Amino acid sequence: MSKRAAAVLWGIAGVIAALAIWEIYKALGPDEGVVIGDVTVLPRTTDIAMPHTWDVLARLFEPVTRAAGADVLWWAVLQAAAFSLGIAALGWLIGVTFGLGIALLMQRWITAESAILPWVVLSQTVPLIAIAPLVRRWGSEITIGSFQWENWMSVAVIASYLAFFPVAVSALRGLKSPPSADTDLFRAYSASWWTTLRKLRLPSSVPYLIPALRLAAANAVVGTVVAEVSIGLGGGIGRMIIEFAATASGDPAKTYAPILGAVLIGLVSAGLVALIGVGLRRYTRGGAPA
Amino acid sequence: MTAKPVAVTVTNVDKIFRSRKGAEVHALSDVSLEVAAGEFISLIGPSGCGKSTLMRLVADLDGITSGEITVFGKTPEKARKDQDYGIAFQQAGLLPWRSVRANIELPLEIHGWEPRDRKERSDELLELIGLADFADHKPDQLSGGMKQRVAIARSLAERPRLLLMDEPFGALDEITREHMQNELVALCQETGAAVIFVTHSIPEAVFLSDRVVVMSPRPGRITEVIDLDFSSRDEELREDAAFYEGVTAVRNALHGGETAGARGVENR
Repeated sequence: MSKRAAAVLWGIAGVIAALAIWEIYKALGPDEGVVIGDVTVLPRTTDIAMPHTWDVLARLFEPVTRAAGADVLWWAVLQAAAFSLGIAALGWLIGVTFGLGIALLMQRWITAESAILPWVVLSQTVPLIAIAPLVRRWGSEITIGSFQWENWMSVAVIASYLAFFPVAVSALRGLKSPPSADTDLFRAYSASWWTTLRKLRLPSSVPYLIPALRLAAANAVVGTVVAEVSIGLGGGIGRMIIEFAATASGDPAKTYAPILGAVLIGLVSAGLVALIGVGLRRYTRGGAPA
Repeated sequence: MTAKPVAVTVTNVDKIFRSRKGAEVHALSDVSLEVAAGEFISLIGPSGCGKSTLMRLVADLDGITSGEITVFGKTPEKARKDQDYGIAFQQAGLLPWRSVRANIELPLEIHGWEPRDRKERSDELLELIGLADFADHKPDQLSGGMKQRVAIARSLAERPRLLLMDEPFGALDEITREHMQNELVALCQETGAAVIFVTHSIPEAVFLSDRVVVMSPRPGRITEVIDLDFSSRDEELREDAAFYEGVTAVRNALHGGETAGARGVENR
């Protein structure tokens, strides 16, 4: 059996194991959960707290609400997921561009590094919940001609805010990774900064960039979902999670549908980034750096 | 025009490195040297004698503190910008994502050669170093000696009249090393380039050089220059009495009278 097939089988086995643990605990655990003192350390096992996995699955094929003409649930989730994925992708793109940009700036001018890097690190300590309303407010001030700032743009900006960080840090490390013998060689060739960047520094930074792009994608997805909630943008997975949670007591299985949607976004975005990695494979010869 | 054209002149050069904390290292002190066109010069000495520094100054990879260096009558900076020299380091320094051919063509590409001319030149060079069958291989598929040959081909790509080599065979095993030395002798006879060759190895310096420049550390300076005049440089020379005399002369110069000195020099 090939390594690849084995990896796929192990992946499926992992999912089945997770489902099995869920069902086994639900069957064997006490209704009120495992409580030590006053603290519940394991959740309740009632159908409201932990619906059967097959109920969650079956619910996907029922309409969203009892209202006439309602979409079937999986379709509604898929649309919301596509909406969120689109925003996350835009946020990722902005974040990666911005992250690469400031990494280049920091590589080019050592002063820029000491001036910018602390702010880059500091930026990630500000909670997302705090900046979301700010971005929305500033955005609403922007009206250029017929262009109007919309809420989904704010969400994309917030997603990019989370996405740029790993790219900036890793790209800087990658751009600085060529050994001095290589940079000496380019100096001996009187190569310009731009040529050295194109032919040496950028290719050398690819092994550092691939994991950073993956991390940025995960961050962009989380950022999108959370920002949708805090900005109150409808149509995406974030709002759907909140809306469906409100009906949890009456329709517990429905709550899990948008969570599956979020998982789907994560998988798709990870897959897309993996494709980028395949495209850049020739620059990652000799394995990834530590 | 003098009768014997000069490739490199080094006149009363001092080089002082200052660390960020202000500590000074006197790497070179009052060094003077002249390298004729087509001449093979080895710089030899224990670690810290400034032999690599001297080569880097000629290459304009570092700046001099005082004194003067000319390369073909120009400043080192001008010579670097005019691509008057080729350079090779101890580590082959091939770019792992480029094929052997693309690595050899790197300087040509940077200096805007046409693809057709590049291909033609790299074909010649691949033939010269005997790696024509490996043109499309990636560096990680080559042995250490093959990589170093590619690096040397790359340094020859633009037919420089001056080659600067910083221990290019330092990382190779003895057998590969002798083989590479033979090849280098042949290459130099073919191209007629002057060479400044930094090495730790006495036999290597003696085998390759017209003159061996012996240096000593703290501060780095030239203590002796030994002329070697062999009629031919081939495998037989390695067993020749004249070769051993040269080795002895260089060794004595390195030890500089004291028997315990010259640590860090390999006697191989």
